[in-house]
Amino acid sequence: MTPADIREEILDILEDIAPDEDLGDLKDEVAFREQLELDSMDFLDIVMELRKRHRVQVPEEDYGELASLQSTVNYLTPLMKDLQKA
Amino acid sequence: MEPMIASSRQNLPDHQRIVITGIGLTAPNGNDWKDFRDSLLNGTSGVSDYEIRYVGETLAGVCDFEVNRYQSRKDARRGTRAGSVGIYSANEAVQHSGLEWENTDKSRVGIYLGVTEHGNVETENEIYELKGFDYDTQFWSHHHNPRTVANNPAGEVALNMGITGPHYTIGAACAAGNAGLIQGSQMLRLDECDIALAGGVSESIHTFGIFASFKSQGALASHDDPAKASRPFDMDRNGIVVAEGGCIYVLERLEDAKRRGANIYGELIGYAMNTDATDFVLPNPERQAECMRLALERAGLAAEQIDIVSTHATGTASGDVQECVALRNVFGGSESTYVNNAKSFIGHTMGAAGALELAGNIAAFEDGVCHPTINVDDLDPECELPGLVLNQPREIGKPKHVLNNSFGMLGINSVVIIERI
Repeated sequence: MTPADIREEILDILEDIAPDEDLGDLKDEVAFREQLELDSMDFLDIVMELRKRHRVQVPEEDYGELASLQSTVNYLTPLMKDLQKA
Repeated sequence: MEPMIASSRQNLPDHQRIVITGIGLTAPNGNDWKDFRDSLLNGTSGVSDYEIRYVGETLAGVCDFEVNRYQSRKDARRGTRAGSVGIYSANEAVQHSGLEWENTDKSRVGIYLGVTEHGNVETENEIYELKGFDYDTQFWSHHHNPRTVANNPAGEVALNMGITGPHYTIGAACAAGNAGLIQGSQMLRLDECDIALAGGVSESIHTFGIFASFKSQGALASHDDPAKASRPFDMDRNGIVVAEGGCIYVLERLEDAKRRGANIYGELIGYAMNTDATDFVLPNPERQAECMRLALERAGLAAEQIDIVSTHATGTASGDVQECVALRNVFGGSESTYVNNAKSFIGHTMGAAGALELAGNIAAFEDGVCHPTINVDDLDPECELPGLVLNQPREIGKPKHVLNNSFGMLGINSVVIIERI
């Protein structure tokens, strides 16, 4: 998957876990928490969905890497580059 | 020691008298009190074809309330169906009550919701999902625990409405709707809260286990015409139609209700709960009769003073007969008492049943009509009672008292009596 594919996938996950939010205006560099109503259970949902959909494991010490869309894509790129886009 | 609610209830001061000032509900045939009542008077069933995992095609009472009227899509996803049912019903109840919610002290609101069971739906879903991951528990949802804790439906109502008083559920099998109401009134009398949101909720149609277990027990209804499947007292009854639903009352002390000029839909003048202690599933008419008599005694009423008995009967072969034995024992040949059954319209809404069926009947205080038991084409002689209202509603003048039965597994019995005020 390319970084663009990964970005799309994260947005797809966010649509599921934050269905009331308008993701059209989401700024890639700004922290999710500053733009969306997300709490720790929601971040665990992101982690769980990555695990379920792609078998990607995000260890607890790396949760901070999921702060913004940009940082999430940067973090996941090496982990997901060999995966095929669904 | 004499119980606090003695039989001399007429002497109770207004701050010990508990009244209903709001009703919010969702039933398989109506999403507010008026709609539900109209359906009961028009003979509209809420039972439909239904399919659920593993069991396949069956029948159920399914609610179609607007989930997102009071709940965000995110919270609905995160929570449970019972939570959504509770949130809808509680918000509707508060709106119906005319309470100035913005100015209500939320620390003085208590939430008391009866449930037959809770957690089966989520546990089944998670295990189903987990199977796809070869039972590797790292794929088990972190939402499982908050969804399955027993207080979940009441807790979701609290979160949604910003209520900081006490909240919990009352696990009371299918006697739970009445039990919620009873608990709410007790907490008002003890001054634990000023407003009680009390009643019952059910999400039971979303667990295959309930259907499968009734089926294995030979107690799951089937019929070519879904609307005909739930038929208490009829010779051709063949079991229970499982249903979902919710009914939550705003309860207040009479003193407070009067002070704010609230509409009062009835007073809870008597109640009782007791236990068969005889069998896991089979009812005991002797204990049921004792429960009704105790409620009557506490209300200071003779059986003949009850205008409408809202029966629990679920459409099983023996259960209906047993309740009729108990009713004959208590009401004998009372010619002034009419008897009906709401499950014939909506199926068995489990934890909500007691509360919902009561709501369907206290509307008679306003319109003077006793709704019928439908689907009685061939009355079982063993279920014959003098006041049975069958298939068509009946004008009964100005009813004053409704007695509502609600019984459940493990021999739990509950009865409430509501008086027009």
